[in-house]
Formats: sequence, C-alpha cells, structure tokens
Amino acid sequence: MSLDRRDFLKLGVAGIAVGAFPGLAFATSEIIPKKGQRVVIVGGGFGGATAAKYIRMWSNNKIDVVLVERNPQFISCPMSNTVLGGSRTINDLTRSYDTLKKKYGVKLVQGEVTAIDTQKQTVMLAKGHLGYDRLIIAPGVDFMFEQIEGLNAEVTEKSIPHAWKAGAQTVLLRKQLEAMPDGGVCAISIPKAPYRCPPGPYERACQVAFYLKNNKPKSKVLILDANPDITSKKGLFTEAWKDLYPGMIEYRANAMVTKVDVAGKAVSTEFEDVKADVLNIIPPMKAGVVASLAGVVNVDNRWCAVDFISYESKVHKKVHVIGDSVSAALPKSGYMATSQAKICAAAIIELMQGQAPDQAPTIANTCYSMVSDSEAMHVAHIYRFNAEKQAMIAAEGGGVSAQRSEVEGMLAGHWLENVLNDVLM
Amino acid sequence: MKMIKQLVIAIGLMLPMICAHAEVDKRARDLAASCAACHGTNGKSAGGFPVLASLDKGYFVAQMKDFKSGARPATVMHQMSKGFTDEEFELMGGFFAAQKR
Repeated sequence: MSLDRRDFLKLGVAGIAVGAFPGLAFATSEIIPKKGQRVVIVGGGFGGATAAKYIRMWSNNKIDVVLVERNPQFISCPMSNTVLGGSRTINDLTRSYDTLKKKYGVKLVQGEVTAIDTQKQTVMLAKGHLGYDRLIIAPGVDFMFEQIEGLNAEVTEKSIPHAWKAGAQTVLLRKQLEAMPDGGVCAISIPKAPYRCPPGPYERACQVAFYLKNNKPKSKVLILDANPDITSKKGLFTEAWKDLYPGMIEYRANAMVTKVDVAGKAVSTEFEDVKADVLNIIPPMKAGVVASLAGVVNVDNRWCAVDFISYESKVHKKVHVIGDSVSAALPKSGYMATSQAKICAAAIIELMQGQAPDQAPTIANTCYSMVSDSEAMHVAHIYRFNAEKQAMIAAEGGGVSAQRSEVEGMLAGHWLENVLNDVLM
Repeated sequence: MKMIKQLVIAIGLMLPMICAHAEVDKRARDLAASCAACHGTNGKSAGGFPVLASLDKGYFVAQMKDFKSGARPATVMHQMSKGFTDEEFELMGGFFAAQKR
C-alpha cells in the first residue's frame, strides 16, 4: 500500500465532497457496466470473499457480483502469528483470487473505495464508479491511532508494527525479533475488548516466546493488557505459558497503553513507563473506514448495527455489513466472518427474488490458537438467532478444549486449508 | 404430431415434480454451510476433518447424536453437536448425503 492513512482520509473527504454533488459523481465512467441484478462487495477478506463465492454459487450464477479489494492477493490473518514463531512464512498464508474469477465468475476490481452514495446506489473509486442493487460492506477493522499519543499509520508501517492485519507488518515484526539481542524484551500491548480475534494477542505471546526460547532464551515477553483479565481461553493460555515458556512471559492486567515514545522505544500506561527492545502495540479498533463512507457506523461511533436475519444495516436499506465491523456479541474472527457472509448471501438472494429470508439463522465459530509449532487449543460455539432479543445468542454446549494438544495442532493446520478453500476455491 | 403434443403435455405435467426434486432445502443448505470452514464447501474436506459429502444420512445423524450424548468422544464435535436439534441433524444429514464426493 503506497497510500498512507492521511492520504486515504483526504481521498475519503474528497470522495464525500463529490458525493454531495451528484452531478459530479457521474463525471466518472462506469467501471463495469451494470446489466441485471448486481451485488457489489467492498472488501475481499474472509467475509467479503465468502459472500462473493456463495452468492454466485447459490444463485446459480444469476446475480452479478463485483468484489472490490485494494490488495492484489488474499493474506490470511488467522495463523499469521505462526510467522512470528517461525513455523510458517507469509507466503504460506497468501492466496490468489483467480478461482473466484474463473470458477465462480466473480468480477474483481482492485482499488480503494473513495465514496459511497447510498441514495444513488453507487460506489466510487478513483478509476470510476460501480452501480449496485445491494451493497455488502466487509472492510474488517481499522485502527484508532488517535487514542495512543505518538502512534500513527506511518509509525506502525516503519518501526512499531501492530501486525494485526497479516502482511508486511507481520514480516517486519518477525525481522525485529530476529534483530533483537538475547536478553531483550518484546512488549505486546492489547486494547480493550472488543477487538479482532480475542485470543490472538495471547497466542502471539506464545509464538514470540517460542521463537525466543529456541533462539534467544534469556529474552522476555511482556504483555500489557488494557483488559482486567485475559479475555479468551484464560486457563489454557496461563497453563501453556507456565509449562512451555517458564519465566519468559510476564502478564500485566489493566495496563492500557496511552502513549508511545518511538525514538526511545518506550510506552506509557496510566501507571508506568515501560522500555522494550521490540514494541508491538495493537491499537484499539473500529469498523473499517469504508463503513464510515457508507454512513453505517452507528454504535459508539465505532461499529455497525445490523439485522441478523440479513446483515442489512440498521441505518441504510440495501447496505449489508458483515465480519469484524458488525456490532454484536459475536467474536470477531475469520470463521465468524464466513458464517455471517453465508447468512447474508442467502438472505440477499431471497430478497432479490422478493422472498423472505430464513428467520432462524444458525451459525458456527471455531477458533484454534497455536501455542507452539505443534500444539493448539480451540474455542467453539454455535450461535442461534433469538427473535425476542433480536440478537445472536451462543447455544448450549460450546466451550474450549479440555487441554492443549498436538492433535488439535494438526487440526488447526487442516482448518486453515479447508477454510481458505471454502472462502476462495 | 399428435405424439409430440402428448409428449409435451406429459413433460409439462412432470415439470413441477422435477423442479421440486431439484430444489434444495435452503434451511438444510444453510445449516450445512456452517460446517464448511472445517469440513469444506458442501462437506468436501481436503483433509484432517472427515468428508461429509455423500455420507449416509442415517450414519451422519447417528454420529451427531452420539457426539451430543458423549457416546462418541471428540475434540470439538461434542460441543458443536449440542447447539443443534435432532431435526436439524436430519436436515444436514439429508443435504450432505445428496452431495457428490
């Protein structure tokens, strides 16, 4: 990505200005002329790519699908912590969008959305515009850098990676660990929930410790958690830290990072200043910027409320939101994004035929955490729609592994292959 | 000519039946889709997790009930199975049985 956040925002503002003058909006050309019923999907991650495939598959290719994605390839965030540990490379997690195009006839547009006009049902890009009958917003998360003094997009790209979107920053963080002296400290800071991938930061601590144990055994991992306690798989993680990395991982609760000193490699919490050799600040998160462009961010100025029957926005009709941007008591995970995408895809197909969608959507989520190169544990739940509460509620029986194991470590690897096939192949 | 006409009428009469047969139960399809992240699209797992496509419906339903009761031990399915009703096992089993491997 050559655009930094400031440029992106400028573009966004310019886009909104254009949107306010409809006469100008159509000065650009139509990127792919619209014929027949069309769904435009913005964001080709786990949610967006799954929605694209399933709308084509389940509509017998009758509905035209245009997928807008800024990156040329798909990189899986799930399992990307293992790049830090060293058991995978970023290439192992990278996939092509070709099968979505060739096998399913999804039309792919690479580019950045600059504005969305929900009245005219049009998505604007620098190179032109796209008309839609229904729009799916699947941008994942963006970061609230303003909540940490001294932090911005440029800093995260160059020196203090969050690595909370798999890609260049994951590779940078791994390189920093490789360059760290033995006896050094890697500090990982966790924002207050909700954030993408609840167990992810604790898994990351394991993967960093795994690398350090085998290469720089005098080093330490310091976790600064803004939450009052470990937010996911607590017993399993504390046991793994104690058994596998004794004396290497220090955990501090209620330690919200408020300031970063980039040159001095230090962070401040409410209570203390901490110096580290490698800093991995995971900033607070909000719905991806694209959701703001569509005007569908309506919960705490951060997330998007939806109808769980169709994932249609509570703000604008014919605009659907899936994945991490959704406001719900559901984990923000890759699997969850695919589950929401399928319910949304099925509902859109019904709505486009004037039919009612399924009134009792039932979805699943399983999330594996790798605590070394071979062992893992999971959390799994079924979620069912509760009409009275208008919410997705965890069904009876869900929970975590009895203990971490190599069997689950192996299954986690198979999960990655099967889910990537389900999303893209 | 008369024969063709009769044939056309016969096909016309059969058509609703053919369509009804080809129509997938969407509730079953959507429930089964929730398994796909681990078991592959339409149950066609590439490895590690059992292939559910073309599995005998009775066998599928029996396994799900055994997971639910604890009769069959599992890493994840003892938890997942408790989230579904027996009727939903039947629906999913029917869907997977109709999928080609």
